[in-house]
Amino acid sequence: MSVSEPPQPGVAVAGETVAGPASGAAAVSEPGATVAPHVHSEFLHFALRNWKFVAGATIVLACLLVALVGPLLTDNAPLAFTGPTDQPPSSEYWFGTTSYGQDVYSQFVYGLRAAFVVGSLGGGIAWVLGAGVGFTAGYRGGWIDDVLNMLTNVVLVIPTLAILIIVAAYLQVQSYWAEAVIIGLTSWPWAARAVRSQTFSLKTREFVDLARLSGRSTRQILTTELAPNMSSYLLMMFILLFGGAILIGASLDFLGLGPSESISLGLMMNNAFLASALLLGSWWWFLPPGLGIVALVGGLYVMNVGLDEVFNPKLRET
Amino acid sequence: MLALDGVSKVYKVGTFGGKRLRAVNDVSFQVAPGEVVSLIGESGSGKSTIGRMVLGLSRATEGTITFEGQDVSRLERRRLHAYYADVQGVFQDPFSSYNPIFKADRVLALVKGFFPEIGRSEWDDKVERALNAVRLEPGACLGKYPHQLSGGQLQRMLIARALLLDIKLLVADEIISMLDASTRIDVLNLLGDLKARGLGVLFITHDLSLGNYISDRTVILRHGEIVEAGATSKVFGNPLHPYTRMLLTSVPQLHSKWDATAPRSEVEQTREETAAHLVEVEPDHLVAAGGGNS
Amino acid sequence: MSLRVDDLTVYYRSLRGDVKAVDGATFSIEDGEIMGLAGESGCGKSSLGKSLIRMDARMKHVGGRVELDGSELPIADDAKMNAFRFRDVSIVPQYSMSALTPTRKVGTVARELLESRDVQFDTVKPELVRRLTLVGLSEDVLDRYPIELSGGMKQRTVMVISTLLDPSLLIADEITSALDVSSQRAVGELLVEFRDRGFVKSMIVITHDLAILYQIADTILVMYAGKLAEKAPAETIVSAPRHPYTRLLISSLPEVGVRFDETRLAGIPGKPPSLLSPPAGCRFRDRCPLAFAKCEEEPPFVEIEPGHEVACWRTER
Repeated sequence: MSVSEPPQPGVAVAGETVAGPASGAAAVSEPGATVAPHVHSEFLHFALRNWKFVAGATIVLACLLVALVGPLLTDNAPLAFTGPTDQPPSSEYWFGTTSYGQDVYSQFVYGLRAAFVVGSLGGGIAWVLGAGVGFTAGYRGGWIDDVLNMLTNVVLVIPTLAILIIVAAYLQVQSYWAEAVIIGLTSWPWAARAVRSQTFSLKTREFVDLARLSGRSTRQILTTELAPNMSSYLLMMFILLFGGAILIGASLDFLGLGPSESISLGLMMNNAFLASALLLGSWWWFLPPGLGIVALVGGLYVMNVGLDEVFNPKLRET
Repeated sequence: MLALDGVSKVYKVGTFGGKRLRAVNDVSFQVAPGEVVSLIGESGSGKSTIGRMVLGLSRATEGTITFEGQDVSRLERRRLHAYYADVQGVFQDPFSSYNPIFKADRVLALVKGFFPEIGRSEWDDKVERALNAVRLEPGACLGKYPHQLSGGQLQRMLIARALLLDIKLLVADEIISMLDASTRIDVLNLLGDLKARGLGVLFITHDLSLGNYISDRTVILRHGEIVEAGATSKVFGNPLHPYTRMLLTSVPQLHSKWDATAPRSEVEQTREETAAHLVEVEPDHLVAAGGGNS
Repeated sequence: MSLRVDDLTVYYRSLRGDVKAVDGATFSIEDGEIMGLAGESGCGKSSLGKSLIRMDARMKHVGGRVELDGSELPIADDAKMNAFRFRDVSIVPQYSMSALTPTRKVGTVARELLESRDVQFDTVKPELVRRLTLVGLSEDVLDRYPIELSGGMKQRTVMVISTLLDPSLLIADEITSALDVSSQRAVGELLVEFRDRGFVKSMIVITHDLAILYQIADTILVMYAGKLAEKAPAETIVSAPRHPYTRLLISSLPEVGVRFDETRLAGIPGKPPSLLSPPAGCRFRDRCPLAFAKCEEEPPFVEIEPGHEVACWRTER
């Protein structure tokens, strides 16, 4: 598994008007249609009718439910050696046991919780950093843009995996909170790039000039004029960062670089691999975590594709 | 009231900013209170750049811009804020001037910051009066989204916004070129009425007929330089520069056909580095030398 | 060539229902005629033009018939129209300056277009070069990228490429709107020259600018809210229009020489009706100073004198 960039969301923001050409343009003849379908009021209408969004969101919500409720249904701690080794699923151990006699079900649901922690915290930090850097670079331009661009490029090019290995070796990362922070601090560059280019295109719009003529400061313009216009974009970006953080976390755990004091889906798979579960045929050990990661991250990405269609009318099949 | 003196705008272009592009080159003119001055030019003439510099959205590289005696070329923060109480702008694309996710009247609410002491009902009265002054029905346009209003209504609302501040100078950058023919003239007439009440207007356009209709004085720009300037009646009535003449003969008229013998548009020329010298050929009529009477 | 359009009705699919862009248009164009199609934004002029070549996927042909040179144009069928596009009917679209792919050389774009129509590029290349020279461009334009050309040059290039196969009918959609005054004149005169040299038999020039139509068109057809308002020779439309809308429109156009201080021009109050659910009867009724009871019934587009058709009860004989 690699730590490469997740795919970028579609760029067009709902409601873009056609820019008039050089001086002398007359009113563009649109076939009676209105400009800028109002984003927020139509959003729910289209979102609930888009099967990709609904399917993806359902899967994600189901995983969330399992992560919240699942641990309540078992008394076994995930790492405790509670039962007989290598048991297939039974009525007592729903997902069977590991080679060490641990409850796979318990590991699975606690691992899912860890995934959500890593996703939201790691994704959240990357989101804040990416949006902050992107907005500032895009709006201010000039030397500030150059400096932030350099910073972005440096962080982008650094082999994240190598850094994480080093950090993991030195800092003795103990909890998933720490892992999430490290992931957040290293996966923001592509988000910053994307936000920067969107900001560039939006800042040439005349309503930004008008805001300046009304005495608004840069910070106010970014937060009250530009960010709301990009809300769909920022939402999709968060979803991608969330999913990406989970994948990176799972990769790290699988390589044995994550926290060892607690459990995660990636760590489960690592343990299963090391104990030759595949050869032994203990499918109940590695299949749930694998499917869990696929379902969660896949569901997020499918949800995002659906959202892209919801926000960008041109992508919808009419 | 407004005076530009030797104003230039130079951009650094090319790799590592090696080359210089003179978008505006040594431009000087004035706008008096209650006067409409047209800046007429084709694309690339620098007219919009001049408008942005007057509005403080862009900095002049050389020269000074003075407003009521004060140098306003390099204002910051609080003094810029005070400047905006006297000078405002309206731009070309009404649908781009409004943030599409908010209601249209938000542009009016945005200027409330200039009046911190005014209460709610007094502000509503002020808004209603400003809307009436631009002949907009408050009931028809308050509370609506931009896409629910027409281009003409949106442009007028922007003029109303400027009037709320009781400005002295309006920079109108191609404000009617994206409107339909039947609404254009109404917005123009509105500017004419406001002019009669003492408002100064810097009317930026590429359309000579509009410039001729509404302005008292005209400045003709080409490649960032003034080629002819003066009272509208003199510039249009007795055009001396070949470029002005070429523009006037190319404008399609409604009751006479293009003169087949008139000069055609010239071959694309490179910009000169130094501005031509302006010569006063008669009172209130300046022409760039090198192209004067032949 | 001759073009006969009979009761053409074209709607646009939209989220809110069907936009009735063109409702029952009937007119004809003779061989060698340049007809200007004028009106304000949303009147349906662009839709009418595009429906004749079927270039917009959102368009729905609802009714009517179009006959070009005696045979019917299959404008309801996208695939069948392919055989006619570029050969018999061609278009210079709105924003054609952006129609040239920025990452390809101009020559490559032309080659691909011709080869998609089973025309060998090398056989027509001499003619292409000849025409480029005619419009004031040199052959090396074909080796340039669009970004290296100016707006006027791009416009002329697209015009030459679009008419290379000598189509019977050319639709020019707002081709002068984005140009400077000096280029507008050059392009306008070029359109007339194309017709005079036989590169194109007849033309429909779509624009909101009546003044430029007066300069180059033989006849002008004025549209309002999806319906035809008036069609007459250009001179008549400008000096003796009969439809109230045309009259008000003409009188609202400022010309060089007219000044605000001396003559105050008037616009037309109100705005055009929504095409999603247009009103019954004459669509100009709400804004018309001459409206009376009969206007609740839609006036037919009839000939009131030879070559002059109007849709207004007030001009009825």
